[in-house]
Amino acid sequence: MTTQAPSVTAGTVGRSLRRTGPHWPSLMFMGLLALSLLVTLLALLFLIVDILDRGLPVLMERGVDFLTSPLSSDPAEAGVSQALWGTLWIGIIVAVTAFPLGIATAVYLEEYAPTSRLTRLIDINIRNLAGVPSIVYGLLGLAVFVGLFKALGFGNGRNVIAGGLTVAVLVLPIVIITAAEALRAVPLNIREAGYGVGASRWQVTWGLVIPAGFPGILTGIVLALSRALGETAVLILAGAVLGSFSSGNADLMGQLLGSYTALPMVVYRWTTLPQEEFRQLAAAGMIVLLVITFAANGLAIYLRDRYARSW
Amino acid sequence: MADVPWTVPPTSDIVIRLEDVSLFYGSFRAVRDISYPFRTHAITAIIGPSGCGKSTLLRSINRMNDLVPSAHATGRMLFHGEDLYGDGVDPVEVRRRIGMVFQKANPFPKSIFDNVAFGPRVNGFKGNLDDLVEQSLRRASLWDDVKDKLKQSGMALSGGQQQRLCIARAIATEPEVILMDEPCSALDPRSTLLIEELMLELRERYTIIIVTHNMQQAARASDETVFLTMGDDRAGYLVEAGATTDVFTNPTSKLTEDYVSGRFG
Repeated sequence: MTTQAPSVTAGTVGRSLRRTGPHWPSLMFMGLLALSLLVTLLALLFLIVDILDRGLPVLMERGVDFLTSPLSSDPAEAGVSQALWGTLWIGIIVAVTAFPLGIATAVYLEEYAPTSRLTRLIDINIRNLAGVPSIVYGLLGLAVFVGLFKALGFGNGRNVIAGGLTVAVLVLPIVIITAAEALRAVPLNIREAGYGVGASRWQVTWGLVIPAGFPGILTGIVLALSRALGETAVLILAGAVLGSFSSGNADLMGQLLGSYTALPMVVYRWTTLPQEEFRQLAAAGMIVLLVITFAANGLAIYLRDRYARSW
Repeated sequence: MADVPWTVPPTSDIVIRLEDVSLFYGSFRAVRDISYPFRTHAITAIIGPSGCGKSTLLRSINRMNDLVPSAHATGRMLFHGEDLYGDGVDPVEVRRRIGMVFQKANPFPKSIFDNVAFGPRVNGFKGNLDDLVEQSLRRASLWDDVKDKLKQSGMALSGGQQQRLCIARAIATEPEVILMDEPCSALDPRSTLLIEELMLELRERYTIIIVTHNMQQAARASDETVFLTMGDDRAGYLVEAGATTDVFTNPTSKLTEDYVSGRFG
C-alpha cells in the first residue's frame, strides 16, 4: 500500500490494538449478573427437589388412588379428589368469566375509549387493583358472592361458584393489564392499513388488532390462570372448607352448590397437621398442583405458537 | 425515464377540489388556506420541506387524520363536488373511494392473498375473490413474483415487493383516488423506479396524489406539482402549483426555484 496514511492524533500513534489485560469492571458486572441468576435458580431448584423428595414416594406408592380418594383423617387413605374437582371448577369459572370480561375491557380501553382524564384514572386504578392483597378480594367475595348465594337460598352460600367468581375478580386486573399491553404493542400502521382500505373500527379491531395481539393476550391468560389455580387466601374467606366435608364427590349440582375445597387449600390444611405423613401428602398435592399449572401453561404456549404461525 | 411522454390525460375533470383548507392539531395550525383542484387521471406530487404539512394534507383527504384525536379541518374538500367533511359523510366510505399507500410498507401479518383480499372482504365483495386478487396483484406488477406463494406471509417479501403488495391491497377495493405518502422513502433506487413505472401505468385507471421528499421523483413521475413551504407561524402554505414541467423548469416564485434546485429544504 502506497497510499498516504491519514494523519493520526499523537496520543494514539504506536498504540497496540491488542488489549493489555482483562477489563475488570465489565468482568465483575457480568459475574454479578451470573451470580444473581444462580441464586434464583438454586432457590427454585431447592424448592422443587424438596417437594419431589417428599411427595414423589407418596405418588409412586399410591398412584391414581391419591387422585381419586377423598379427603380423610387417615393419611394412608387420604386423597385429593374433592380438591381436584374444586380446582377444576375454579379454573372453568375463571375461564368463562374473567377471560372474556377482561379481554373485552382491555379492547374497550385500548381501541374505543377516548383518551381522557377519566380513562387514565380507570387505567391507573386497574393497575393498582392488580397489587391489592388477595385477602381483600376474599373479603369482597365473602360479602358479595357468598352473601348473594346465601340470600338466594343456596345453603350458606359457600359454594365453588362463589369461590370461583371471587378468584375471577382477583385475576381480572391481570387479564386486563396484560391484554391491554398486548393490544398496545400492535403497531399503529396495521390499524392505519386497515382503515386505509375502508375497514370500520369494528373490522379493524376484530380482524386485525385482536388477532395481532392474540399471542400476548394468551400470555396474560396463562399468568392469570396460574395465579387462579394457586390462590389460597381468597378461598379461605370465600368459603372453601378445610376439612373433609367437601362435597366434591357429589353429583354436578352437589359439586357446584355444596361445600367445596381446592388443591392449595388442601395442601395448606395438610401442612398444619401434626403427623409427618400429612406433610408428605402435602408435598404430593403440591406436585399435582404444579403439574396442572404447567400443563395449563404448556397448552396456552402451544396454542400461542400455533396461532402465531397460522395467522 | 426522461423519455416518458408527458401528455396531459384526455379527461381533465377535477376529482378533488380543496377550498381554503386549514388543518389543525389542537390549536396548532399545521396547514393554512390551501386551495387546489386535483385533476383526475393525473399524478400530482406534493413537495416541500420537512414539517410543512404535506403528509397532514394528504392524510386529511381520506380522513385518515380523524384517527388523531386533536386533528380538525376548516375550509372545504370537495370530492366530485361533495364535501368530504360534510354532515353525515362516513369516513369509512371515504377511505373505500380514496385509498392509501403509506410511507413504510405495512402489510398485514397475513398471507399475501389475505392481504389483498382484506379490503374486498370487509367491503362485502361478492364476486370471484381469486380473480380480484390476481388482477390487483397484476396491476401492482407483483403477480409474477408471488403467484406461486400466495399462501405465504406478506411480511416475508422484500421491501419493494411489500410496498407493491400494499399498492395491490389499495387497488383491490377499486378506489378512484390513491394517496401515496412517500411510498419510496424506504426503498432502494431499483424498487423506487419500479414503483414509479407502476404509478404511470396506474394513472390510466386511478388518480394518484403522492407526497414525496425526492425532487427527482416528482420531476420524473408526476404530471402536476404542488409546492408547499412553511410560514413563520410554522403552518404550511401553498407557494406554487401547476404542471410539473413548469414548476421545475420555470418556477414563478423564488422559494420554489430555490427548493427545486436543492438550495434549501
